[in-house]
Amino acid sequence: MRSSSSLPPGPWAVAIRALARDRASLVSVGVLALMVLASLMAPLYARYVSRTDPFLSNVAGQVQIDGRAVDIMQPNDNPLHLGLSPIGPTGRGAYLLGADSQGRDVAARLLYGGRNSLLIASAAALLCVVMAGVVGIVAGFFGGVVDAVLSRIMDIMWAVPVYLFAISLSIVMVSQGLTIGPFTITSDNLLIPIVIIAIVYVPYAARPIRGRVMALRNSEFVLAARGLGVPSARILLRDILPNVTGTIVVLAPLLTALALLTESALSFLSIGVQAPAASWGTIIQDGEGLIYTRPLVAVAPGLAIVIVVLALNVLGDGLRDALDVRETSRRGH
Amino acid sequence: MLMTILRRLGQTLFVLTGISVLVFGVFFATPGADPTARIAGRNASPQTMAQVRHEYGFDRPLPVQYATMMKKLFVTRDLTSYVDRGEKVVPEVFKAAPVTLSLVTGAAIIWVVVSITMGTLAAALRGSWVDRGLMMLGLIGISMPVFWVGQVANLLSQSRYHDTIVFRWVPALGYVPFTESPWGWFKALVLAWITLAILFIGLYSRVLRADLIAVSGEDFMRTARAKGLSPTRVLLRHGLRTSLVTFVSLFGMDFAQLVGGGALLTEVVFGLQGVGRLTYQALTNLDLPLIMATVMYSAVFVVIANALVDMVYIVLDPRVRDGRA
Repeated sequence: MRSSSSLPPGPWAVAIRALARDRASLVSVGVLALMVLASLMAPLYARYVSRTDPFLSNVAGQVQIDGRAVDIMQPNDNPLHLGLSPIGPTGRGAYLLGADSQGRDVAARLLYGGRNSLLIASAAALLCVVMAGVVGIVAGFFGGVVDAVLSRIMDIMWAVPVYLFAISLSIVMVSQGLTIGPFTITSDNLLIPIVIIAIVYVPYAARPIRGRVMALRNSEFVLAARGLGVPSARILLRDILPNVTGTIVVLAPLLTALALLTESALSFLSIGVQAPAASWGTIIQDGEGLIYTRPLVAVAPGLAIVIVVLALNVLGDGLRDALDVRETSRRGH
Repeated sequence: MLMTILRRLGQTLFVLTGISVLVFGVFFATPGADPTARIAGRNASPQTMAQVRHEYGFDRPLPVQYATMMKKLFVTRDLTSYVDRGEKVVPEVFKAAPVTLSLVTGAAIIWVVVSITMGTLAAALRGSWVDRGLMMLGLIGISMPVFWVGQVANLLSQSRYHDTIVFRWVPALGYVPFTESPWGWFKALVLAWITLAILFIGLYSRVLRADLIAVSGEDFMRTARAKGLSPTRVLLRHGLRTSLVTFVSLFGMDFAQLVGGGALLTEVVFGLQGVGRLTYQALTNLDLPLIMATVMYSAVFVVIANALVDMVYIVLDPRVRDGRA
């Protein structure tokens, strides 16, 4: 494409300009960038600020506060001092947000957890979009029997409640790992949650893509191309694909948001990310037992999830307006 | 009409068969692991293993295994859990159902009332700060993990502010049957209802607002306005009624999915012994027959509920009735 000032701006240029004018979308992009950056800094934080290993149990350890050594696990505040509670927020580098029930630094785990949560969510969304794209485009473009078969399969998958579907897949894979030919995937492999989340949302994402492709298939420029004898593969590549990109781009942040929520739920149920690795969901689960004494352990990762998912949803709204894609789909639950 | 209904029934049967094959496949035909070990549980004795293998026909071809499993689930209903001292799982699922039904019904009433109010208000005041504020609230609602909201609700009502007038009435976590004490039932569930409803309030109010705005450009709306009807009457009598079609079909699907186990996370956090929590316990014990029973029964419930909603549509809507839409 020539970049000449006499040409009107292309659809993508228009969309990007519209997005840049939308303050809410810009703020969201900024927030997301910040969260990713902070998560990437996790090893640096653990090494230079918190100076503890966030993956090792440290119940017998001590931390220096104002020159005094303080136990990480402290006697409870009841008259008989029965039981132990992890140290609360210290307001210093070490144990900034306190410790969890195994004496690990919550702030450092939060950053490491963010890495896993964000990685799983974005990888799952990407994989889901690719699979849904193939299913949606093939079903929409070829129609007929192919479409009928694919649509029925999607109907069947869609009828199983999303979380139950994910749980069924997880329990089978996490309990014993998976062996496919020469490859063995152990149960703590991040690929397991990624693939599971991607699979369960394929029907959700494939439906609007299929709808868009079906509309395109009967549009005048595609009929014209057909009339000229352009081969199907070329029509698919040159005419259909560029025009469904908008739908896919709008779906991407929404899918990432759904994937993040699903990952946290699976990890909360202990069938997502496996210990000692962390994700925001596993930290919320760690915090469940401490919810009345050290609420921050569960509240902080929850806030992180809300912030990221909210930013993704706002960005999705902004993209939809900018690309002028009408809402053709609904969110799963 | 009869043809349409029959076709829909055929479709339902097909989806039901498909789901049972899918669930069976996930649990028993995934590569690389012996289903016998999964059913028998961790550290099962060789005798138990042999018994399971024989009982489920794992030494026979897959179609036989599938048929055996379906018979155990739906015909004889004697699928037993090996992890949980040989408990029959199907009656367990049915015993837990009223709890889930109580939870989901209460939440549904809240989310329908609140989201219709929010969505209509936002559409009526389109572009104002009220509209933007309500929609932002909705967006926050759909961005919060439900189990986390539940935990925070528990933190506030059970611990932090339990001694204040606001939360003094909140009972300890758990379920109270309606037949035992309706007021106790209400008190035990109300926070769980609100927690579960939040996501759907956000979802539905946004969908309804968009629908109302889309519909306001239609000819019949212009006619209604031109007739001199008041804006409120146009919005409520003509706009809202049309938009509720989408709303109702969404509702049917979500309600069925929640009863079918989608409310699992809320049940776990609030300690309500429903179908979802049963699934969760099965999960922590790796109790495969129980998980499979809950998943299978929920899926069946969802499909049948959706089919029923469609039937009502067929009877009510002349376009669908004649197979035009």
